Amino acid sequence: MGAYVLRRLVISVVVLLLATIVVFLLVAESGDPLSLLRANPKISHATIVARERLLHLNDSLPQRYWIWFSHAVHGDFGQTIDGQRVGPQLTSHLLVTLRMVILATLISIVLALGVGVYAALRQGRVGDHVVTVTNFVFLAAPVFVVGLLLKEFVAIPLNQHLNRIIFYTNGEQSPTLTGSFVSRLPDYAAHTALPTLTLILVSYSSWAIYQRSSILETMDGDHVRLARSKGISPRRVLVRHVFRNALIPVTTVIALDFAAILGGALITEIVFGWQGLGVWYLNGVNNLDVNVTLAYLLISATFVILFNLLADIVYAYLDPRIRYD
Amino acid sequence: MTDISGLSPRQQRLRRVGTTEAGMHTLPGVPPEASTDQGDEHGLSGEARGQLATAARRFIHEPLAVLGLSIFVGLAVAALLTGWFWTYSYTSITNTLNAPPSWSHPFGTNSIGGDVFAQVMHGTLQDIEIALIVAVLATVVGASIGALAGFYGGATDTLLMRFVDLILVIPVLAILIVLAHIVAKQASNWFWLAVIIGAVSWTYVARLVRADFLSLREREFVEASRALGATNRRIILRHMLPNAAGPIIVNATITVALSIVLESTLSYIGLGIQPPNVSLGLLVDQGQDSATTEWWLFVFPVLFLVILILSIFFIGDGLREALDPKKNRVRA
Amino acid sequence: MSETTLAVQDLNVEFATGEGTVYAVRGISFALAPEEVLGIVGESGSGKSVTALAIMGLLAKNARLTGSIAFGDRELTGLKEKEMSGIRGTGIAMVFQDPMTSLNPVYTVGWQIAEAVRAHQDVSKDEAMARAVSLLELVGIPRAAERAKNYPHEFSGGMRQRVVIAIAMANDPAVILADEPTTALDVTVQAQVLSTLQTALEETRASLLLITHDLGVIAGLADRVLVMYAGRPVEIGTVEDIFYRPAMPYTHGLLGSLPRLDSDGSERLRQIPGAPPSLTDEPKGCPFAPRCPLREPLCDEEEPALRTVVAPEDSSGTGPATGGTHVAACHFADAVADLPVASMFSDSSEDQEGGIT
Repeated sequence: MGAYVLRRLVISVVVLLLATIVVFLLVAESGDPLSLLRANPKISHATIVARERLLHLNDSLPQRYWIWFSHAVHGDFGQTIDGQRVGPQLTSHLLVTLRMVILATLISIVLALGVGVYAALRQGRVGDHVVTVTNFVFLAAPVFVVGLLLKEFVAIPLNQHLNRIIFYTNGEQSPTLTGSFVSRLPDYAAHTALPTLTLILVSYSSWAIYQRSSILETMDGDHVRLARSKGISPRRVLVRHVFRNALIPVTTVIALDFAAILGGALITEIVFGWQGLGVWYLNGVNNLDVNVTLAYLLISATFVILFNLLADIVYAYLDPRIRYD
Repeated sequence: MTDISGLSPRQQRLRRVGTTEAGMHTLPGVPPEASTDQGDEHGLSGEARGQLATAARRFIHEPLAVLGLSIFVGLAVAALLTGWFWTYSYTSITNTLNAPPSWSHPFGTNSIGGDVFAQVMHGTLQDIEIALIVAVLATVVGASIGALAGFYGGATDTLLMRFVDLILVIPVLAILIVLAHIVAKQASNWFWLAVIIGAVSWTYVARLVRADFLSLREREFVEASRALGATNRRIILRHMLPNAAGPIIVNATITVALSIVLESTLSYIGLGIQPPNVSLGLLVDQGQDSATTEWWLFVFPVLFLVILILSIFFIGDGLREALDPKKNRVRA
Repeated sequence: MSETTLAVQDLNVEFATGEGTVYAVRGISFALAPEEVLGIVGESGSGKSVTALAIMGLLAKNARLTGSIAFGDRELTGLKEKEMSGIRGTGIAMVFQDPMTSLNPVYTVGWQIAEAVRAHQDVSKDEAMARAVSLLELVGIPRAAERAKNYPHEFSGGMRQRVVIAIAMANDPAVILADEPTTALDVTVQAQVLSTLQTALEETRASLLLITHDLGVIAGLADRVLVMYAGRPVEIGTVEDIFYRPAMPYTHGLLGSLPRLDSDGSERLRQIPGAPPSLTDEPKGCPFAPRCPLREPLCDEEEPALRTVVAPEDSSGTGPATGGTHVAACHFADAVADLPVASMFSDSSEDQEGGIT
């Protein structure tokens, strides 16, 4: 098992390195970052030339990559268009986004597993149909739709009706918030509730659907038949031989979806006005801010790879067959 | 079942009397699995037409699938008809501003006097057009790459799949944002939008097809075809692809739905369809601030968007049930 | 008459599927005496596996069952799942066909055997594991104590099947159902598994219901044989009856298609032309008639019931289908029994016309 983990770790690092190349190529080849400036008659030629030098635009592609990469590994992500350092911005925005993403992912997993089991056990009956249709609706609705619906038709009417703000719909915390972490928690919670709920609703549904069909398929399997033929209690068959085995393919599905959760978080932040990574990235792209774009893509890829590594380890724990791969 | 008609009588007899892979003596004249399913687990059986008929019959028995199909076709037809025959077009500007739904404007008007009904209908049409192009693009490219990777295995497979994995490490939306930004200012950017969405969607299809092909190529009928001298191309096209067709079709349907989600999301954040063209996502973006005041500017686009996507999902789910040959197997 | 361990009376099993009803088993009756080996022979689709699953109560949800299955003095049909669990494993145990998928891949082999033990015996985990190790030794797994900690994928097919047999033996059941235990294995491994099965019988003193399509396996182990075709028994008798005086043309066909070591190699194998009928139709007349070289008009009119076959020397065959009697479902059973084995089938690959008269 240890050797397996080590191997996956090494592979993850290699993948990350390769990803940096892909990311860089994507951004570098996507156009001229100074096109806005060049089109602006008020910017002098000298400024543009100075900018070019700053961004090393006249160097070859591999050189530019190396310059960016060698700095990035030291935590230096360059400067934004406005001359600010990218690093600190990245960190502060990251912390904001992580709040939502970690909470949403954990709750989604638990919810999906539970709902999937429930639907599988009630297969064909009303409970199953209700759950399945609900799952489908949340699966189909784009993130921004769910977010907007929660914002406009849950939060605002509720707040108006109760004449106080239960759910905040803008921002990740109140602007003038001070005090200890614990005292700030209720404020955080009120701001985080709806965005996190949005993310949860769109994420859990596909996993729940998959979990349900995984369980149903496992139940039909030969080893479940043998387990039943041993005469062990039906409940034990369910827990030890059905659920346990059905978890294995579900883990893969959850791992594959994590990148999508980051994308969903991006949109959710826009809907709810959070100053997270997503908004920062979108503005960066719109402003042709190369360093911001690169930094976001890099950090996203890192998190996805980390999460996949975690999933690999869980998977190996669940399925002994792959430990010696 | 292998196709043995090309063998000499002696070879045929040997095959019939022959042994299973376990070396057992099977009873002659008996196919190895005389069960009542429609063939092996990929649905391969003698009569392809019978298979299609069965699938169609099963599809019709899924109420959600039929509902989905009706709604989708209904929306498409309605959108087309509206574009041809409705009094207003999506670019029309009238003098009635911010009017709630009425007989002349069933979905009301917006702040510059545009007819919301015409816009929602055109948006629907636009979304469907884009989605279909994406699905075709993604499926063709994805299936080709997946087939090659799965069929040849080994180095080809590793190379191609590592490449796919690498792309998928970066959130699709993030990639799309960069690409969409490039094409945003293009003329007929709806087409380019379809291209870039297709460019990120083929990866899922490729993975699926590759997995299918990897398992298929171990099957005996592939060996048999090869023994009969079939070229690789023939094996892939005539034997393996039809077997993998079921999941590919289902996946293509899902791709249609997902591409609408992606396109509408891009339009919502301003990087998708650009005005004066409309898409449902763009309409939602434009109408979101009026959700509680001029509700018709928000509710109708949202409703149509969700219903459109849902209907396609139902179709896809129905197809999956209909094409799954494992359903009625009885072990005797 | 000796006491019966397991008595199946007029068992019918139907499956309600999307494409109509499948009549998998159409009226099978037999009795299993203590320590007896009954072989059930038939091709795929004949209903033999369904019979075994019906006895264990492991049929799919869309199965409809009528008839009686009596285990000792307990009626098994209609029992609830919880009650059935009490009997499975300790009263009746089962060995399945495919060793590659029967064992749960995520638990060690020792754990899975121990789980079977603890299901019916009130012992500690250690005691159960010790019993598991000794069972592994019994079935011939070398270095049993070490290997008990291995996972199924670390064993070969034959060894996995022996583990499955160990699980079946774990609680000394009165009946073991073996559903094609050697079908998925190589020929060389088959012999080992069959001998393991015999060890199991010696240890547990259980009766064995051996289901297979391989007559060679039957010849080695069985006391009595039941031949199934299209969901019904078509001949029942002792091994000698079946092999030397088959009274139903289908049985002749089965025997004729067996390659024999003692043939001189120039004889061609005889084939049964055609294919077995679909299980969704309820046939009129004998279901084997379309393929039978001895077909007569009567065969298409009336489905033959199991009738006693007259023994060659004396003419006093007696009683219903219990041990010691030879019965066959053919209108001309007595005449057929007198024919040389498989003589009515030709050795050419073309269909032939023919009749008995």
